[in-house]
Amino acid sequence: MRRRTPPTLLIGGFLVALVIVTALTSAVWTPTDPTHVEVSARLKGPTPTYLLGTDQLGRDELSRIMAGARNTLLIGIVTVLIAIGVGVPLGGIAALYRGRLEDATMRFSDVLLAFPAILLAIMFAAVFQPSTVTAMAAIGIALVPVFARVVRGAGLQVMQQDYVTVTRTYGGGNGWIFIRHLLPNVSSVLIVQATVAFAVAILAEAALSYLGLGTPPPTPSWGRMLSESQTFLDQAPLLAFWPGVSIALTVLGFNLLGDGLRDLLDPKLVERLPAQG
Amino acid sequence: MAVQIVVQLGWLVVSLVAASVLVFTVTNILPGDVAEVILGTSATPEALETLRHQLGLDQPGWMRYLQWVGGMLHSDFGTSLLSHSAVGPLIVQKLAVSGPLALTSAVLALALALPLGVLAGVNYRCPAGTLISVVSLVGIAVPAFWAGLLLATVFAIQLKILPAGGFVDWSANPLAAARALVLPSLALGLVQAAVLTRYIRSAIVEVQREDFIRTARAKGLTRWQALHHHGFRYAAIPVVTILGVQLTGLLVGAVVIENVFVLPGLGRLLFQSVGNRDLIVVQDLVMLLTAVVLVVNFVVDLSYRLLDPRIRSTA
Repeated sequence: MRRRTPPTLLIGGFLVALVIVTALTSAVWTPTDPTHVEVSARLKGPTPTYLLGTDQLGRDELSRIMAGARNTLLIGIVTVLIAIGVGVPLGGIAALYRGRLEDATMRFSDVLLAFPAILLAIMFAAVFQPSTVTAMAAIGIALVPVFARVVRGAGLQVMQQDYVTVTRTYGGGNGWIFIRHLLPNVSSVLIVQATVAFAVAILAEAALSYLGLGTPPPTPSWGRMLSESQTFLDQAPLLAFWPGVSIALTVLGFNLLGDGLRDLLDPKLVERLPAQG
Repeated sequence: MAVQIVVQLGWLVVSLVAASVLVFTVTNILPGDVAEVILGTSATPEALETLRHQLGLDQPGWMRYLQWVGGMLHSDFGTSLLSHSAVGPLIVQKLAVSGPLALTSAVLALALALPLGVLAGVNYRCPAGTLISVVSLVGIAVPAFWAGLLLATVFAIQLKILPAGGFVDWSANPLAAARALVLPSLALGLVQAAVLTRYIRSAIVEVQREDFIRTARAKGLTRWQALHHHGFRYAAIPVVTILGVQLTGLLVGAVVIENVFVLPGLGRLLFQSVGNRDLIVVQDLVMLLTAVVLVVNFVVDLSYRLLDPRIRSTA
């Protein structure tokens, strides 16, 4: 039976695709150079030349929003990769080896879970210098427990399957079971989690950049654009609008995509496996 | 049950120790030390050595860790490197701003999310339920600091009815102090309400699919009666669990929002300490906030054991 595509998937997919296309386009073309300063044209409202107006230094707002999409996506991708790269093996170890090792990894991830991403990033920024790298590292680490838990939970169910017992009987080691059986079975849950984590990472980075602890100038970043707009709220209120809308739509897109993928892929797949086999 | 509480309490202590080790390690990871930060690059080695001795930096790391933790247990949070004042009283003073801000935001979020979430959950097939659901989904995507900027643009700059930032001390002018907290609380509370509404909605939707609700309905109870007598308590379990996560969001949101509205609270202090590389204050504040999160999660864990008889008896 063909299942109906969830509407959340369509809308979310559209918004995410829009961000990706914008980011890719900005790599080769923007209406003007997003870092080009034109003091004579500062704080202009929307005109045919500057579709979204200009900022306090006369830089084209639309070009900066477009370039900001690239920064946002880069940060999302790297943070999620860090979180997956550390979290998935941790969760896998917990599910495969059980016992003390499982207790230790899960307690570690519980403690890490008590550190909100932004708090960890602020601490990193205090110790090292604030930069895109420290922000990505901190948010990535803060998201590790999410993946560790998901992989462990699903992994525990996979480990009880007959085919895993069979693999063991034939001398298959833990590494083989992890790659051959665990990873394919948790992949759909991972995709859903990664999408949601992407949204969390974007929100966290925006807040950090707003505080001046994320992406440093001159790279356009939506969070810092909002912070810069704050001084000119009375003269150019729209400057505080566009970057915010961009953040909100991107986060909404990833959240909807995650919801839609969950409906489509059904993370309970792993639970239903015994009935199939 | 008593054994369970003791075990959980033990894990809480272990987690607190682990968190403190983590915070201490990260803030002390760099080879450069605070003596260099204070005296600058032109300081003589002798002056550096003297200051290091005064600050206790010449002692081994584990000893400084024990002194830090031991001090905190006696409510001695150390001395700020910049202001030379004790950090403990500084934190208490800042709580007069952050406390009310977090509390009003939490109350606002609950007051909005409870009725809206239940309404959306009960009517999840109707347009009203869908509308609430869509609005809350959009609300989740809005960063609290942007909501703050928008509120400031409308109510402070356009309508000029509330201050766009700054704070007057409670003792000087309580009304002005309260007014200064209105927009920040709104920004934080509205965004939190959106998240909470979604959780409450899905908890209510889930509970309506349970067999015991179907049985209650079959016995002739209306949907509301069935939910009132059997459903709400059950739906409260996932919602209570999520309240811990919510609190984390609230704390973090407060850190950022205080900087939007230039409120002299804990978040602003943390931000300024990062700028000044006043690491002892950063270390204390991060530890304090993390401890709050861990303790709240512990309380949440206990409370849902009380809410759900099955967890109480089996665990």
